[in-house]
Amino acid sequence: MEIPQIPKDKFKLLNNKGNKEQEKIGTPALTYMQDVRRRLFKNKVAVVCLTLLSIIVLISVFAPVIAPYGPNVQHATLSNLPPKLGNLNIPGFNGYQNMGGKMVDAYQQVHAPKGTYYILGTDYLGRDLLSRIIYGTRLSLIVAVLATLVDLLIGIPYGIVSGWKGGMTDNFMQRIVEIVSSVPNLIVVILMMIILKPGLISIVLAIAITDWVTMARLIRAQTFQLKEQEYVLAARTLGESSTKIATKHLIPNLSSTIIIQTMFTIPNAIFFEAFLSFIGIGIPAPNASLGTLLSDGQKAFRFLPYQMWAPAIILSIIMIATNLLGDGLRDAFDPQSSD
Amino acid sequence: MAEDKQKIVQVKHLKQYFNIGKPNEVKAVDDISFDIYKGETFGLVGESGSGKSTTGRSIIRLYDPTDGQILFNGQDISKIKSHGPQMKKFRREMQMIFQDPYASLNPRMKVKDIIAEGLDVHGLTKNSEDRDKRVRELLDMVHLNPEHMTRYPYEFSGGQRQRIGIARALAVDPEFIIADEPISALDVSIQAQVVNLMQDIQKDQGLTYMFIAHDLSMVKYISDRIAVMYNGKIVELADSDEIYNHPLHSYTKSLLSAIPVPDPEIEKTRQRIDFDHKSSFHEGQKLQEVLPGHFLYCDDKKAATFK
Repeated sequence: MEIPQIPKDKFKLLNNKGNKEQEKIGTPALTYMQDVRRRLFKNKVAVVCLTLLSIIVLISVFAPVIAPYGPNVQHATLSNLPPKLGNLNIPGFNGYQNMGGKMVDAYQQVHAPKGTYYILGTDYLGRDLLSRIIYGTRLSLIVAVLATLVDLLIGIPYGIVSGWKGGMTDNFMQRIVEIVSSVPNLIVVILMMIILKPGLISIVLAIAITDWVTMARLIRAQTFQLKEQEYVLAARTLGESSTKIATKHLIPNLSSTIIIQTMFTIPNAIFFEAFLSFIGIGIPAPNASLGTLLSDGQKAFRFLPYQMWAPAIILSIIMIATNLLGDGLRDAFDPQSSD
Repeated sequence: MAEDKQKIVQVKHLKQYFNIGKPNEVKAVDDISFDIYKGETFGLVGESGSGKSTTGRSIIRLYDPTDGQILFNGQDISKIKSHGPQMKKFRREMQMIFQDPYASLNPRMKVKDIIAEGLDVHGLTKNSEDRDKRVRELLDMVHLNPEHMTRYPYEFSGGQRQRIGIARALAVDPEFIIADEPISALDVSIQAQVVNLMQDIQKDQGLTYMFIAHDLSMVKYISDRIAVMYNGKIVELADSDEIYNHPLHSYTKSLLSAIPVPDPEIEKTRQRIDFDHKSSFHEGQKLQEVLPGHFLYCDDKKAATFK
């Protein structure tokens, strides 16, 4: 059992003087949030999306000030007018319409008073489309924000508690999740109609009851993985409380999952509302949402395409911008992402 | 080891089972007893799955022990509530250094906040200047540049990260540190660096270490006494020289015969001793002192042969 020894004089001590210099890392010292902001603003796509979304949100917030007309004000004589932007005569925005193969000035035909123009045209009841889109976007965004809040406020804590506690608690909580997710949310909405009138509240309640399930499941699975990580064990040996571990260690490391899931929730909520309005159990007339506008516009799409184009474009911009901004945020929250 | 030495940790009949009562019950640690004396380095070796890490985690109460006692400075800490003033005090006195330097630091936290985590939990610093000052001290203690405290873990090498982990453990002024394979994820040149650092700090701060590892040559280098674990049991425990020069258990002999030697001549003729599980374990065996300070897992009949 003899282990041969290497004689001591064969070893030589290295000169250690250069070490301090070698270990220098030359980047500025910033706080975590400063770092996040710096990385986010370096991402041009994310900045553009953030600007677009900010503009859309601002317009919806100040809708009563910005909208040129009331969203539900009808002018029976001025129905189905094409877009017209002042007297600038921009093709597509000059009030001309294809009628029987000829381009005619629709505004003149209905004897619109001088100086009347609708930037995005009017619908079949003579309501200003621009105002309706502004109010509709506002409503859709409210649905999206509420759905996201429910996701964050119920889904994340539920998932973390379930994953962190494990064992019987987890078992019990997951059975509840399965029960909730087994009921289609359309049925929840229809059942809601029995006690509530169709409208914003019933849509939001339906989303609140059903939507957090996916988030909770994802967070639970990730928490299971994270709680065995050595840095979480280290925090426990230091005596950190479970709540502190959740906020300091779990949530920051769950952030990419949270952001990506939220980016799915927002369009899903908007679509769900649009779908409900489309089949007639969503936002009741005459109120506008992006969904009702699309459903109205779709009926006359072949002859009056502008009635669908505008809300569709706004919806697409919101979807794409939230997705790209989400990607940017995910990278910004990760210190290891290349910058 | 002389009897007059103060015992800092006494483990008595510790059992740690998982999935109790289910078909997949695991007896990770099965009735082990040992003492650790103040100021020494206690090595715990064994193959993967032998229960060394579980032992460490049970002692530091990351797990709730199934049965048995763990006395720390004479006080039984195996039953104290996981959230209470007693536990909070205990969390300052015992700390752990982890195996994987890439998993043991939260990638989203600055080095400063990682090291100061213990300071924050126990309220050891009054204000942020005080906190920064202490973090600088700790970084200096582990030979890292204090300027690095605003960096993220990914900006450091494995050895540097392990030293950050050591600084985090030292922040709360512990008496006893469990090092759970702290060098097995590092390359050999860095291993010596980290081990030497740990020894220097031990001298400075009067720490006691429990050093868990599977690299026998490194354990011999750092440890005063060594316990060999196999299948949830301690099969042999003695001074490190004694273990190396006079191993009694066939498993220890087998382990020692597996150490590669940096000499091709010897390596050519080195005989690997195979270990036979069946012939070595049977009913009626327990860990008993067969020679002064030398414990062996055997039955009474075999123990008598050493008298």
